[in-house]
Amino acid sequence: MNLWEPALPAIGPNEHHKDPAMLKALLALLLLLPLAAQAGDADFFIAAKPNEQASLLQAWAAQPDPARLALLSAMQQGRLGADDTRKLRLNNRLRGLLDNALASHQLLSDDATLRLAAARQLQKSAQPAQVAFLDRRFAGEPDAAVHAALGLALANLQLADSNPAVRLAAVRLLGETGDPMARTRLETLLDPAVETDAGVRTAAETSLAQVKRKLLIGELLGQAFSGLSLGSILLLAALGLAITFGLLGVINMAHGEMLMLGAYTTYVVQVLVQRYAPGALEFYPLLALPAAFAVSAGVGMLLERTVIRHLYGRPLETLLATWGISLILIQAIRLIFGAQNVEVANPGWLSGGLQVLPNLVLPYSRIVIIGFALCVVLLTWLLLNRTRLGLNVRAVTQNRNMAACCGVPTGRVDMLAFGLGSGIAGLGGVALSQIGNVGPDLGQSYIIDSFLVVVLGGVGQLAGSLWAAFGLGIANKLLEPQIGAVLGKILILALIILFIQKRPQGLFALKGRVID
Amino acid sequence: MNQPLLVTAAQKAGPRLSLAIGAIVLLLLIALPLLSLLPAGHSLQVSAYTLTLVGKILCYAIVALALDLVWGYAGLLSLGHGLFFALGGYAMGMYLMREAAGDSLPAFMTFLSWSELPWYWAGTQHFAWALCLVVLAPGLLALVFGYFAFRSRIKGVYFSIMTQALTFAGMLLFFRNETGFGGNNGFTNFRSILGFEITSQGTRAVLFLLTVALLLASLLIGWRLARSKFGRVLTALRDAENRLMFCGYDPRGFKLFVWVLSAVLCGLAGALYVPQVGIINPSEMSPTNSIEAAVWVALGGRGTLIGPLLGAGLVNGMKSWFTVAFPEFWLFFLGALFILVTLYLPKGVVGLLKKRGEQ
Repeated sequence: MNLWEPALPAIGPNEHHKDPAMLKALLALLLLLPLAAQAGDADFFIAAKPNEQASLLQAWAAQPDPARLALLSAMQQGRLGADDTRKLRLNNRLRGLLDNALASHQLLSDDATLRLAAARQLQKSAQPAQVAFLDRRFAGEPDAAVHAALGLALANLQLADSNPAVRLAAVRLLGETGDPMARTRLETLLDPAVETDAGVRTAAETSLAQVKRKLLIGELLGQAFSGLSLGSILLLAALGLAITFGLLGVINMAHGEMLMLGAYTTYVVQVLVQRYAPGALEFYPLLALPAAFAVSAGVGMLLERTVIRHLYGRPLETLLATWGISLILIQAIRLIFGAQNVEVANPGWLSGGLQVLPNLVLPYSRIVIIGFALCVVLLTWLLLNRTRLGLNVRAVTQNRNMAACCGVPTGRVDMLAFGLGSGIAGLGGVALSQIGNVGPDLGQSYIIDSFLVVVLGGVGQLAGSLWAAFGLGIANKLLEPQIGAVLGKILILALIILFIQKRPQGLFALKGRVID
Repeated sequence: MNQPLLVTAAQKAGPRLSLAIGAIVLLLLIALPLLSLLPAGHSLQVSAYTLTLVGKILCYAIVALALDLVWGYAGLLSLGHGLFFALGGYAMGMYLMREAAGDSLPAFMTFLSWSELPWYWAGTQHFAWALCLVVLAPGLLALVFGYFAFRSRIKGVYFSIMTQALTFAGMLLFFRNETGFGGNNGFTNFRSILGFEITSQGTRAVLFLLTVALLLASLLIGWRLARSKFGRVLTALRDAENRLMFCGYDPRGFKLFVWVLSAVLCGLAGALYVPQVGIINPSEMSPTNSIEAAVWVALGGRGTLIGPLLGAGLVNGMKSWFTVAFPEFWLFFLGALFILVTLYLPKGVVGLLKKRGEQ
């Protein structure tokens, strides 16, 4: 295999001051004397023309040398070395070749994760010239994941081999991975014009089926995960609603705005931390949690004292009044912060994700939010079942008059429970701010769904809310790719209406005989 | 409360004068379109803008009346009446689009490079079928939804939420281009109705008079219903459904009838709204619009029939003034209205008048 053929013709006749033959010799010298590289490499690279730089990078990629790693890493940052101030200008082609060369060098690293990333990069960018090198690394690779990734990179290259047996082996190897890239690569092989050997084509077909099955599993898991994620958000939004609805029998239409207040509190906390304690910026969401709870709970209690208290026994009027409150809150936020979305940044520990399968990445922020939602449910359960306040709340929920007769201060309980419900929504707002846009209309988009959770889950029941939220979330996300988001929502609404035919009190009804 | 002169006068005078005032208002409403026919520049000429605005408010008043029938009498607060209104509007819009497009496809379909009309557009070039659709689309939807909802005795806030979710789902559906109703932009650029140019003064005046006629007819139907035994049963149903059932009544049929009637009235109002305003789009189905209708009824007074008309006029009149004068504060005002009306005016303006009349 001739390494120079693809690169050299490009240097062409208009190169006047350097003789191709001389360059060839120089390059060969360079390759033969890898230890003399480093500073010499950098000088040589910067002096070369772009086309020569390209062939140089290709040559480096085919025969990596650990000593050159530092130079390549620095070049990726746009420099030539840690203490070298010369500027490096690269075009897109050179950048791609550089990435490839760097990955090739990183395969020599001792760090398995670095090698894995390098192998993934090589799956996309490896050149035929690198086959020999990849083959050596593939044979000697101890780590299973890296081994598999390297195999795929190698198979990608070998598909261009002239020997059908080599291609057949490569196709089989591709079938064992679950990589979306393998699918596109295999699909091209089904065309007789591309792949002349019939045996390889049939093998490609079986491999393709294998890959598709694996991809399907990844997709389904991904949908289930986003369903869980949506469910946890719905849970945070609906939990407080379920408590206040169970306790007071009123629907708080301003509940969505409690989410919004929580999200805006997060924004304010972020700005304050940035200004007064930039060192703690990494942990601002943790600071925002108590702040958002306090703000939302405070507003909630204020509303209960001033408006909702006077409307007891008139649930439909309460609904309208709280809608009015939500209009005022939205417009107030719009006047203070502007109608545009505000920017809430993810801290470092919440960005990025966990790669589970080649086509399945679970974002850390969503994982944390699922865990957070479950924690909130646990705390709420403890509060309702293990404290005096919880006992009172449950008593008033079951029978207001009887509880009052037994000395439960129902007015205070109402206020505190309303504060609790709103505060939980505020916590939900903090979570939402980490995965979505924060704007004045934030609450509106979740309010109808969280009502449906309450309707489905039954009144005042934590378990009902939990199941209903996750059920709705997963059903939403599983239906979305099949029939589209909108039809999915409509179908779910129809299903809920049918479900209520069967169980008017929701999934988990309070046992008892109540007649109005 | 900010009371118009008319109301203040009515409370001082008693029923006979309020009847007289009603007659004067009616005469004014009939005179308005006729005055708009006067040549431009005449001192008494009513501008097309005013006529359209009042016509729009009259359509909303019909919605308020329809909502009062289900909420004020049967105790079912619907937060989804905007859906029925918009469905009626879309049915009329389909006819108007076909009329504007002639033999070719409506413009938005050519943009989507569709080659033929979807099946549900069949026959919409005939005005009679469009009128049938105006009644059938909201009526059938209300029938199906109501049948299932009342069968399982969904009521109170549950019912409100389900209707709100229904109109929300409808809005999402109509926002999609694939649904075949013009997506985001809805229907607009109408040219003619039954061969008459839609922007001409004469057509506007006739449409306005038709709206007044529909309003009167709905008022009459509502009034007759409320006075009949049927109305008494509805009121009983609102106040104590269980006791009514113990007396041997099956509430489902009563609820379903008034619910479908209300939806059909809304659909008719929507059908008159579209040619006057000249546009229909999915935002008419947004939950916000429907819940605003509830505050018209609440402000005017539930279960009074005339109150909701008053409420719709007051709120929409103020809205058109506010959104020009203080656009930022309209939502504050509307929100405050929601709160104050529910807190301090449980029986609405009409209830207030009655109380003063008794004193």
